[in-house]
Amino acid sequence: MTALLESPYEVMAGKILKTRQWTDLEKYFEVELPGRKDLGHEPGQFVMISVPGVGEAPISVSSSPTRKGSFEFVIRKAGGVTGMLHTMKEGDSVGIRGPFGHGFPTQRLEGYDLLMIGGGCGNIPLHSLITFVLDNRSKFGKVDILVGCKTPETVLFAEELKDWAKRPNVRLDLTVDRGGPGWQGKVGLITKLIPGIPTDPQRTCAVVVGPPIMYKFVIQELLKKEIPDDQILVSMERHMKCGVGKCGHCQIAQYYCCREGPVFTFKEIRHFYEAI
Amino acid sequence: MNHYMVLKKKDFNAFIEKLSKKMKVAAPVRKGVKNFAFEEVTRGDAISRVSLPTILPPKKYFMPQRETIQTFDRAVPRWNSVVSENDAIVIFGVHTCDLSGIQFLNAVMGTPPKDANYLARKANITVIGLECNDYCDAYASCKAMKTHLPSGGYDLFFTDIGDAFMVQTGSAAGETLAQETGFFTTADTGEQKKLGNIRKKKEKIFKDEISVKYANLRTVFEKTVQSEVWEDIGSRCVACGNCTNVCPTCYCFDIQDEIDLNLRTGRRVRVWDGCQNEEFAKVAGGENFRRKRGQRQRHRYMRKFAYPMEKYGTYACTGCGRCTRTCMAKISLKETIHALGEEAKS
Ligand SMILES: Cc1cc2nc3c(=O)[nH]c(=O)nc-3n(C[C@H](O)[C@H](O)[C@H](O)COP(=O)(O)OP(=O)(O)OC[C@H]3O[C@@H](n4cnc5c(N)ncnc54)[C@H](O)[C@@H]3O)c2cc1C
Ligand code: SF4
Ligand code: FES
Repeated sequence: MTALLESPYEVMAGKILKTRQWTDLEKYFEVELPGRKDLGHEPGQFVMISVPGVGEAPISVSSSPTRKGSFEFVIRKAGGVTGMLHTMKEGDSVGIRGPFGHGFPTQRLEGYDLLMIGGGCGNIPLHSLITFVLDNRSKFGKVDILVGCKTPETVLFAEELKDWAKRPNVRLDLTVDRGGPGWQGKVGLITKLIPGIPTDPQRTCAVVVGPPIMYKFVIQELLKKEIPDDQILVSMERHMKCGVGKCGHCQIAQYYCCREGPVFTFKEIRHFYEAI
Repeated sequence: MNHYMVLKKKDFNAFIEKLSKKMKVAAPVRKGVKNFAFEEVTRGDAISRVSLPTILPPKKYFMPQRETIQTFDRAVPRWNSVVSENDAIVIFGVHTCDLSGIQFLNAVMGTPPKDANYLARKANITVIGLECNDYCDAYASCKAMKTHLPSGGYDLFFTDIGDAFMVQTGSAAGETLAQETGFFTTADTGEQKKLGNIRKKKEKIFKDEISVKYANLRTVFEKTVQSEVWEDIGSRCVACGNCTNVCPTCYCFDIQDEIDLNLRTGRRVRVWDGCQNEEFAKVAGGENFRRKRGQRQRHRYMRKFAYPMEKYGTYACTGCGRCTRTCMAKISLKETIHALGEEAKS
């Protein structure tokens, strides 16, 4: 009788359409579902990707939902599942479960000036929001994008960044922690770029995605600019196994990051120890 | 529903025997001097009717330590969900603390998206509760957690009233099961009175075992998150995870893939996991949000006394005392609550 209930652990077979090695550690994938079925995600959501015999890993969808029929991931090699994914190529299949969680509240962001700040791997989920915003440009106010990476070699989406910078009404700044031969761009921490951006705090929503260490300092700068804490959005990374609010791994205080997150307002989490 | 029947003690053996011919019956069985475990039985006299809480709570029937949730074949890109329906089973002798544990798990696993595997098992389980007329031991805090009296979660509920059991029905399935065995009669007023006396006596025996009032528990825990009590507990805890394994409301799990020797077919299993394990909350960058044992112990307690109030409107501690009974480092729930309660006063 209850077997009629669909298992939340049900996996769909996805097919890899395209791959590209982007950096030493990061590889790009384009994937489709059977019948080019729509994934139905919102920017900032994630899926669990399966490699049979190895396991599952939570991975952000990096493409915008405005793009139909297929979707993209950028995967950093970190261990078992991600390492195995790096050996896969066009035509191979991967399991997909999801999409899960609350992504960026795109409707709520409409009409606001956006200050989007991505550090390292954080630029992957942020990419889905940025491309969504640019595809719906007229719905949003001023758009500022700040991208920070460790070194010039680890810059993700390098070609697209150049393209975005050329768009009217978009300001983009890129900085690396350590420069290198031939690097003519900015060198230094991303936090240094924030004070220089003219903002009308009440009209601005800031979106921050990056490694844990980055949040502390970036959020301090945003608060200095008097952006209200419920207009600062962050996406939190946690260990995740089930994606459906059961396994307990991703818990931050009473929140299951996989369900109530990964995107939170700073207001929701600022008083929780163990959050940032 | 919800009326009273009587089963004479002389018929108890025959009742269990008859049940066990129809389906599996599990009940507390003695394992050494102070240990009991739920095991399959076919005879009533194999059952320990007066027992300390079993080593593992009955959650093992709802959510086994290992269970297959999928099978796969790497040659065909397809994953097959496995929602295995277990055989029908009756669990006899579930104390009121454990009944509240089952109710809590039902709430968690029944929250959408529902856990199909858990619910499939639950559909095949009949729960028969058994009242504790007196304390099991000094580790229990069931009065303080308000779980020392029956309040749902059972199909049938037994209370020992001397030469018979007073049996309360909790579901249509329980009622049918009892009727079909043919051993149950309707309770008369004398027997009703005996039950009333037992409950009155329990009021005298069972006293709040902890120094913090039920209504204040959440506030006390929320006020003391930075307490040194956590440092102290952290310095003693050996992170063995026994406390979470034996807890009737700990349900955290890991999901793992296993591959057969042919290197092609395999299965995905869910196995019990626990927040005391150092790797539990670690992420790929190496960051661990609960790196210290004290933080992990605090998390365990907060998941009993603070977070579930917000999420499910109830505490997740059943007062069974298992975590204290099992802890090698002698970390005591009652002492922890007392220490935090004192600190919250100042
Ligand atoms: C919401 C979310 C979105 C993510 N998006 C991306 C993305 O777009 N691209 C990307 O490259 N990475 C992303 N990650 C990180 C990615 O999930 C981990 O790198 C991956 O799970 C590691 O798995 P593994 O089997 O390769 O490594 P393992 O061999 O399992 O372990 C390597 C390390 O990763 C940690 N880890 C293991 N399992 C998990 C898990 N389930 N969740 C988090 N950490 C884990 C381990 O504690 C260990 O420190 C995301 C993580 C989350 C939570
Ligand atoms: S049983 Fe005791 S020592 Fe083991 S993890 Fe729990 S509190 Fe720590
Ligand atoms: S990943 Fe399992 S509860 Fe969030």
